[in-house]
Amino acid sequence: MIGNVNQAMAIAPELILCVGILAVFLTSLGESLFAKARKAALVSAILAMLATAATFTENSTLFFGTYQVNLFSQLFKLMMLFGLSVTLLCGWELKDIRENARSEYLFFLMTCTLGLLVLVSSIELITLVVALELTSFSLYLLVPLRDEKHGLRIQMESAVKYVLFGLMSTGIMLWGMSYLFGITGTTDLPEMVIRLKPLLHNPFAVIGIALSLAGVFFKLAIFPFHFWIPDVYEGSSNETAAIISTFPKVGGMAVLIRFALLILPEEKSLIDLLVILSVCSMFFGNLAALVQTDIKRLLGYSSIAHAGYLMIGIITLGEKGFALSIYYMAGFLVMYLACFLVICKVSRRGENLAIEDFSGLYKSSPLMALTLGTGMFALAGIPPFVGFMSKFLLLTSAWEDGFRAIVIIAALNTAISLYYYLSVVRIAYTGHPREGAPVTLDGGTKILSILLIALVVLLGIVPNSFIDMATLSILGLR
Amino acid sequence: MDFLVFNADFPILSLLIFTPLAGVPLLFLLPVNPFAKAWALLVTVINAGLSLYLLRVFDRDSFLFQFAEHHPWIPSLDINYTLGIDGISLLLVLLTTLIMPLCVLCSWRYIQDRVREFMACILVMETAMLGVFMALDFVLFYIMWEAMLIPMFLLIGIWGGPRKIYAAVKFFLYTLTGSVMLPVAFIALYFRQEPHTFFIPALMGQGFPADFQILIFLAFFTAFAVKVPMFPFHTWLPAAHVEAPTAGSVLLASVLLKMGGYGFLRFCLPMTPQAVHLFGPYILALSIIGILYGGLTALSQDDMKKLVAYSSVGHMGFVTLGIFILSVRGLEGALLQMISHGISTGALFLCVGMIYERTHSRELSHALGIMKRMPIFITFLAVFCLSSFAFPGTNGFVGEFLILAGTFAHSRLLLVFAVPGAILAAAYMLRMLQKIMFGGVDNPDVSHLEDLDIRETLTLLPLLVFVFWIGLSPGPVIGIMHASVTHLLEQVQRGMAP
Repeated sequence: MIGNVNQAMAIAPELILCVGILAVFLTSLGESLFAKARKAALVSAILAMLATAATFTENSTLFFGTYQVNLFSQLFKLMMLFGLSVTLLCGWELKDIRENARSEYLFFLMTCTLGLLVLVSSIELITLVVALELTSFSLYLLVPLRDEKHGLRIQMESAVKYVLFGLMSTGIMLWGMSYLFGITGTTDLPEMVIRLKPLLHNPFAVIGIALSLAGVFFKLAIFPFHFWIPDVYEGSSNETAAIISTFPKVGGMAVLIRFALLILPEEKSLIDLLVILSVCSMFFGNLAALVQTDIKRLLGYSSIAHAGYLMIGIITLGEKGFALSIYYMAGFLVMYLACFLVICKVSRRGENLAIEDFSGLYKSSPLMALTLGTGMFALAGIPPFVGFMSKFLLLTSAWEDGFRAIVIIAALNTAISLYYYLSVVRIAYTGHPREGAPVTLDGGTKILSILLIALVVLLGIVPNSFIDMATLSILGLR
Repeated sequence: MDFLVFNADFPILSLLIFTPLAGVPLLFLLPVNPFAKAWALLVTVINAGLSLYLLRVFDRDSFLFQFAEHHPWIPSLDINYTLGIDGISLLLVLLTTLIMPLCVLCSWRYIQDRVREFMACILVMETAMLGVFMALDFVLFYIMWEAMLIPMFLLIGIWGGPRKIYAAVKFFLYTLTGSVMLPVAFIALYFRQEPHTFFIPALMGQGFPADFQILIFLAFFTAFAVKVPMFPFHTWLPAAHVEAPTAGSVLLASVLLKMGGYGFLRFCLPMTPQAVHLFGPYILALSIIGILYGGLTALSQDDMKKLVAYSSVGHMGFVTLGIFILSVRGLEGALLQMISHGISTGALFLCVGMIYERTHSRELSHALGIMKRMPIFITFLAVFCLSSFAFPGTNGFVGEFLILAGTFAHSRLLLVFAVPGAILAAAYMLRMLQKIMFGGVDNPDVSHLEDLDIRETLTLLPLLVFVFWIGLSPGPVIGIMHASVTHLLEQVQRGMAP
């Protein structure tokens, strides 16, 4: 199983997170130990991040060949643990979570992250499904933990929708996997890549891969598995929406790349399917976002569109495209974290915010307005932010591989999306301030927003080292 | 790097681009508003001084890109940080660095609210605008081109007039939507060219297939025509000009509008000459419509800012006319007209801003007969009006004359339509001048007005100097651009030959 101490070191991030989970669990047993629980959660998240950085060059396979630790997995783990740390700080007070369940909330958040860490390392279908379900079920539980105000039960509706959609897509995924297992006789992904090679144009292989992707599409919110997004975002608390929309998607992205490696470039029908789904996601997300009034719904639809852009890197089925998709995902992560940081801090009691509620934010809190503006302009793909550079490089690589129509469609979609991103900035910068106490920020929030703005700019201006690393990590998979 | 000349001892262009940006943090570290104004003024003046170095070292006989800098940026795609200027961009760079201190000066009293943020926007604008004129790598160019929109959006949206939100959003959506196809065009060019490159000079004069050129040209054209703005893409301009604060209007008129013309000169002409040949007549027609439409609309305006804004539409019509008749005279006239328009229209916006600061109205009828009260001001205004309608001896004359002379050689029919435009310009400018100077001698509203103070005089004086300098001796200015323009024209004619 674990051969020696070195190999145990390879899973240090997971072990640290396990210890953190135990600590949070213990604090949840006592009364009003929430302050301790969140410190334990944050410390273990940061320690796990450091441990990931320390094991960055690690390259080993554990647990009877089901678990692989390499640059690919560690890169994703680093991104997800960064996301966890930031979302923990975003929802530091957990304003909108039932008071007696706050420690439990953190517990499930941590198990979700643990599931994600295992997910990006697993190279065997059953391990992968178990990890995916650990993640999903923890997330399902986070949604209904929102505080019930005035008998408001919207979170229950959201939770039920979330669970039903999730279970359905898992079912479809398992169905597809059973085909793949049936024709290849293995659940080991690298082995499956080899055995699928001679099975080109075998309908079971095509259907198997397409159905297996369903689970990933659900996580990434790609058309037609996107229906849950707006309702779940709206019904869950701001912190939960920040979580669901950011780092679980990073994990989904890793699995998408692992499945995409199964697709042979000659398999035109599958590639066409991915192209169509990508185009549908872009158009659907952007057009629906135009008419939203709730900021979380807007970001929800916009994330569907971004999932569509993300797919452009996948359809090329090349190292470059995959690497650029990872880069796009990293950009998406920091942009969404910046936006949600503002949402969590501006919402005083954790209530849902309409776009109008940001009116005059510039006067009441210039830093928050700057963070929101940077995030929105970056999401719209305006230079010099990461949103532009990642989209531009993705489109370049897609054009190189002959996907010209989708490049033009993506550019048109950028034009559509401008309007709604801009209207958020417009309201924040030119509206009249709302009545009520100004938004007060603690030092941590200020540092965090400056850090996120810096990341959004720096990732956009100096993308080179990140892309090189992502390319290296993809090369390690083949 | 065949197209570059590394003739600077130090990275002067990077210094020019990043000096304003480096000035931004200090604005926020020291929390005193008057200090912010002084600091912004200092930074922009230093930058203007630095740009004089370019003028001294620039080799007028070369069409190559000088003061070049070249550093790898994203090597995997051969994206580089490449800067360089030729005779075409040098003039626009100088115009930008000259206008910036004036923008700070004219906001001294006008901007009372959130001064530091305002100055930060101005400085970021300078960085982005200089970057557009200096960038020789497409990715760098596009980043600067779009990044400029964010501070401009904020300038209009926060410090603008009553309908600022409408104007800011319209400006932003128009210009950005116009240029979404620009990167796609460049990705296509990148892969068409062997070896793949985003290096702008390497894509010039390559003789791409005609149908490919047409698609690329259309993508370019939408981006640049909105920016110029050409009729019928001009509707964002009056709104943005009217609502923007004085400094914003000056920036828009003097520098931002030049980017459309610059785009035509730098990208459309050398990269897609066959498409230019094909679409040229239509663009000339649009230019003529723009000239006449701008003139006629300006004639009926009572809002002075709107008047000047529509006069810009007419003037820019002359610029595109000069560019697309494709002769040395036309191109040199167009470039000179761009510079002149930057000087005289910028000055007119400054003047209107000064009236507005005193009367809090831009209505022509509220400014009747202020000559008695403000003799210094009216002298400036008269000179700028004369230069705006191309009075001989002022800067406006030289450019417009060259364009009309070029048009004469190209097609007399065009000239028949273009000349009334020039007369219209005289009509609306003189109408404004006449009302302000002589109208309503006993207008009581103006009795309390004070003439220009030293700061305001200093704001207008440099522009006045340039009006006469270029007007009386245009030789040196044309000398700077001549080599580049002739080379550009050769490239186009070589590309158009079957």
